[in-house]
Amino acid sequence: MATVPLQHAKSDAEWRQPSRGVVAMASLITAESAIFTIFVTAYLYNLGRDVSGPTPKQVLEVPWFYSVCLLSSSGFIVLAEHAIEHARMGAFRLWWAVTILLGLIFLYGTGAEWHKLIVHDHLTISTNLFGTTYYSLVGLHASHVVVGLLMMLVVLAFALTRHVRPEHAYRIKVLALYWHFVDAVWVVVFTVVYLVGRS
Amino acid sequence: MDAQGMPAARGIQAGIDRTPAQTASGTWLEHVHGWIITVDHKRLGIMYIVLGLVFLLVGGLEAMLIRIQLAVPHNTFVSPYTYNRLFTMHGTTMVFLVGMPLIFGFGNYLVPLMIGARDMAFPRLNAFSFWVAAFGGILLYYSFIGGNGLAGTGTAPDVAWFAYAPLTEKAFSPGHTVDYWAVSIFVSGIGSIGTAINILATVFCMRCKGMTLMRLPLLAWLYATVSFLVLVAVSPLTAAQAMLVIDRYLGGHFFDTQAGGSAILWAHFFWIFGHPEVYVLVLPAFAFANEIIPVFSRKAIFGYEAMVAASVGIGFISLGVWAHHMFTIGMTSFGNAFFTLSTMLVSIPTGIKTFNWLATIWGGKVRFETPMLFSIAFLFQWVLAGLTGIMLSVSAWNWQLHNSYFVVAHFHYVLVGAIVFMIFAAIYYWYPKMTGRMLDETLGKWHFWLMVLGFHMTFDVMHFPGLLGMPRQIYTYEPDRGWNTLNFIVSVGGFIQAIAILILVYNMVHSYFRGREAGPDPWDAWTLEWATPSPPPPYNFPVEPEVSSRRPLWDLKHPEDPDSAFE
Repeated sequence: MATVPLQHAKSDAEWRQPSRGVVAMASLITAESAIFTIFVTAYLYNLGRDVSGPTPKQVLEVPWFYSVCLLSSSGFIVLAEHAIEHARMGAFRLWWAVTILLGLIFLYGTGAEWHKLIVHDHLTISTNLFGTTYYSLVGLHASHVVVGLLMMLVVLAFALTRHVRPEHAYRIKVLALYWHFVDAVWVVVFTVVYLVGRS
Repeated sequence: MDAQGMPAARGIQAGIDRTPAQTASGTWLEHVHGWIITVDHKRLGIMYIVLGLVFLLVGGLEAMLIRIQLAVPHNTFVSPYTYNRLFTMHGTTMVFLVGMPLIFGFGNYLVPLMIGARDMAFPRLNAFSFWVAAFGGILLYYSFIGGNGLAGTGTAPDVAWFAYAPLTEKAFSPGHTVDYWAVSIFVSGIGSIGTAINILATVFCMRCKGMTLMRLPLLAWLYATVSFLVLVAVSPLTAAQAMLVIDRYLGGHFFDTQAGGSAILWAHFFWIFGHPEVYVLVLPAFAFANEIIPVFSRKAIFGYEAMVAASVGIGFISLGVWAHHMFTIGMTSFGNAFFTLSTMLVSIPTGIKTFNWLATIWGGKVRFETPMLFSIAFLFQWVLAGLTGIMLSVSAWNWQLHNSYFVVAHFHYVLVGAIVFMIFAAIYYWYPKMTGRMLDETLGKWHFWLMVLGFHMTFDVMHFPGLLGMPRQIYTYEPDRGWNTLNFIVSVGGFIQAIAILILVYNMVHSYFRGREAGPDPWDAWTLEWATPSPPPPYNFPVEPEVSSRRPLWDLKHPEDPDSAFE
């Protein structure tokens, strides 16, 4: 080639930069946080402005069990991250599967709640303002759970076929960041919808 | 190959790649196919720029039709319905399909080259973002022929670019006009967020050896700030569009005032996006000025650290000023005072930047070539636009002038006088790098002077009908209001700008085939993109470069007096 790089004496010094996966995931989480902020704002702003029922107090029950499932899955995914970093692949597959299972249980909880609201309480997205804001906010979160589960199921499939190896620990960490975000958002949604919204 | 006169002293060997640029081979179809499947940041950057320029002509044509209609009172050139569609499409096009593609195009092309990287952090995400953005543009314009046809102007959106609720609700906008608007902006917003993530990851993770954050070209710093703003400002718009679509398709009530929903909430959500968006567009203009003004003043930028701090500061302040678009909607006196003061606060970091540019020019050996001419006009016009901005930030004054032509003149002063002028400067400055040919300097001067003349005829004069009470978005006016002559001058100025832009288009096409060969470094510049051949090869740098100052090519050309000695 026709060139030699620009070189200076300091070239031997170690050159470290943040990893692009983490920076990109942090950026995505920033953007997603802004989206959730808007939906949460809309929910809080419209509380009690309805001209017809049902109201949150009449129909919502606090999903304690399902919330504990989702939030504890963050702990199990940390165990999975730890396992793959130390090349304990059996433990990784186990904790990864447990995380997915807990996510699926949570998703079932949301589904059961929606089924009850639609069939029993006759609340749909177009019934009133509460229905619109509730299904949008909880649905937005549930769609993130679905995306996270799909990505984790792909990893599980590759892990069971022995394609995920300890050198992929870094990618697992980036994916886990997303899952932690999904869980952290639930803390906000739970507080807003089931604690503040019902009082 | 030998370094052709470059001194290879003190262990610094010539870093300017003088390999002749490769010529394309293969059939025409293979060539097109190569562009469609490309993930190369330079090709995607050029495609973004071409997309933006094509829509600039379309949006400009809409502006001309608007100006014909308003040139004389009681004009019947277009119907009121068509007029609504024209100004809606003009605004939406210029912001989402001209501004965003042009700034992302230059960012895509320049950021990796300037930081010594071979591509963006995520090349395929980059291609995805471009095609999604292009699809959004095509979808918006499909509204002219889609749905129920071309008569009038089909189902083109007609709710103004800020699309206030509840006009956009199903009850008041049946049919699909608003759907085209909401969905196409939603889609191109996804593309913008993808590109922003990509630029942030590139700037922070792909720098070549020695390129510390305090040695980054200011352009890279500004694009990082812009990308952060896109993440936190475009996302709310995306969320609001989702709500609008839920209202229209699923019978939701977010903005349905009859069911208790709130129209004001839409205004807040839109301007939480809308005001930072101004900075998303103007910060890249600052970025171009930061690169062009030092090179043509033959001096290093004055106050690098202050420039970085001011840029990031503008980014943060801009997130807290949105409700100054809403003074007339009615807020508490605390709200009015807060947004007046926060808006005025913006003038501090922008003032720092302006004085630093002036200090950079001061005492320099200024070369008045076309990029520098546009930059100087930008400085002048930017300050004036800022002054009317401070006037409008005072809520009491704003109540008098809101939604008048004074506001229209103010924001066009920013968008055209600052942003478009700097985009032209950037085109003249980097076109040689992108194509290997210089743009014609005589045509460039014609373009510049006609543009300045037309710009000031249009937008200086446009303030006055606003002060005399002419509201925006009206399709015609009574002859006895004293606006006639003023409007006629505004329209004539508009056509002079149109001629100037056609000269640029001719220059770009003509110079692509007949222009003077540019060589790797036609401006005797200092940043890394000029160390590559013009146009650069797909891999950018045959060997990853290594830098030890902010001006690596200065160090290379002046080994007796390198910048690195002063760090």
